[in-house]
Amino acid sequence: MLEFLNPPFMQRALIAAVLVGITAPAIGIYLVQRRQALMGDGIGHVAMTGVGLGFLLSTNPVWMATLVAVAGSVVMELIRWYGRTRGDIALAMLFYGGMAGGVMLINLSDTGSNANLTSFLFGSLSTVSEEDVTAIVVLAAFVVLVTVGLRRQLFAVSQDEEFARVTGLPVRALNLLVAVTAAITVTVAMRVVGLLLVSALMVVPVAAAQQIAKSFKVTFVLAVVIGTAVALAGTVTSYYQDVPPGATIVLLAIAAFIVLTALATPLARRRAKGGGSDADRCTLEVPAARTPKDDVQV
Amino acid sequence: MPEPSTPEAVISMRGATATLGARAVLRGVDLTVHRGEVVALLGANGSGKSTAVRSAIGQVPLTGGTVELFGTPLRRFRAWSRVGYVPQRTTAAGGVPATIREVVSSGRLSRTKLGLPGRADRAAVDRAIELVGLSDRAKDSVNALSGGQHQRVLIARALASEPEVLIMDEPMAGVDLASQEILASTLREQVAGGATVLLVLHELGALEPLIDRAIVLRDGCVMHDGPPPEAVGQHALPGHDHVHPHAASEPVRTGLLT
Repeated sequence: MLEFLNPPFMQRALIAAVLVGITAPAIGIYLVQRRQALMGDGIGHVAMTGVGLGFLLSTNPVWMATLVAVAGSVVMELIRWYGRTRGDIALAMLFYGGMAGGVMLINLSDTGSNANLTSFLFGSLSTVSEEDVTAIVVLAAFVVLVTVGLRRQLFAVSQDEEFARVTGLPVRALNLLVAVTAAITVTVAMRVVGLLLVSALMVVPVAAAQQIAKSFKVTFVLAVVIGTAVALAGTVTSYYQDVPPGATIVLLAIAAFIVLTALATPLARRRAKGGGSDADRCTLEVPAARTPKDDVQV
Repeated sequence: MPEPSTPEAVISMRGATATLGARAVLRGVDLTVHRGEVVALLGANGSGKSTAVRSAIGQVPLTGGTVELFGTPLRRFRAWSRVGYVPQRTTAAGGVPATIREVVSSGRLSRTKLGLPGRADRAAVDRAIELVGLSDRAKDSVNALSGGQHQRVLIARALASEPEVLIMDEPMAGVDLASQEILASTLREQVAGGATVLLVLHELGALEPLIDRAIVLRDGCVMHDGPPPEAVGQHALPGHDHVHPHAASEPVRTGLLT
């Protein structure tokens, strides 16, 4: 029954999937909290250049993508500090320049091909190598350490940056750390989900979790659980059905969002009905209310 | 001029100038708040009152002049747990659900910094929530709160570090009358306990009895520094908004009346 566990490439893919499922929502929650849900998408574009460089220089694309994505995320953070009105244009240059650079570099290299490009853009199970697994494990450990270990500080900075500065927290350093951690997460997720869909796994599980959660803590835990579940389910599905894993994972995550939203609506209604104290309720009858009885039968 | 018997200056701003883009927002503001004082900063929209408090805590860079907190130049000031700051906000919520307790806890970070909170820290957070009368809702999401309750959460967050001075930027904006009373009583307790307060207000309203001194700004200059100007007639009503025009020849504008 669990024969999908047998092929070594599947074992590697599943390890990567679990780590992606944990790390992407773990950093994504801070991006959503800062209302920068699409930042992961931008970093994904920039990371393409790193992948291209990796092919061109015949080194491991994961490490090269990490390097370039981290550099790109630092530049984005600097643009956010110093850039004023034209900040969005500068970011657009960075994103599309990164994407175009990646496509160009891959085509220039001897080892790169369009098939390779597709596997990085949309994820692929069979391409996760031993070397990749090592890189992914190391990087994921860093992401978990940051997102869990510094959760109080990152929460404060992402909730209200100005207030956080007045508490004396090193806000700039923490913002940079979030950017760098997001960049690293992108490269962790790149192999399985693909660069174009990485951002979805950072955002959608968080969006799904907040449909039913009231606290940051529960949202965090639930988002990681949803992320891990869809990453695993998507990977296994793509093994049996020969569909791209990234697309499968993202569609499953969106399905989870829809299901939780549908569940949450009656839940919230019941809470509003039963939860309110007497003080919250109207004590006056509305005299002008029309009832069916008011209708005059002719 | 401060006499020898005057208590220490908690906030001291001298000749402060600041610009937003090309516009001069502060044009040489002198502002001192002594220990135990409750000072209201008044003025019309765009008079620079918000910029003045934000530059006092380093959130707006000054182009000239000096700021000292507790006698230390702002640049070298590190004891941020002595300062409780309530920024001008209409909501305490972010992009992700958070409980009242979670939001208020972040106010304690000025003491715990990068370390872990201990029992005393958790107790201080509970106390701060209790002070604003939200203990029974501590585990509720801030998304479910009214405008006045949001302000109470923001004030509790500032109180969580057990600060010596409270700096509040329009804490009464968008707050209904009932919540204004609760905020006023919270503030009264703080003042009775010896807290120093600097607050930006659009009008004195429910806080009037607490105010020791009012500083009125107009076009980035101090127009009045002394006893709070008395509001009369319909200006005294809390819901009154000051948008009607006045003749240019009118005497001292207090901001309350402009």
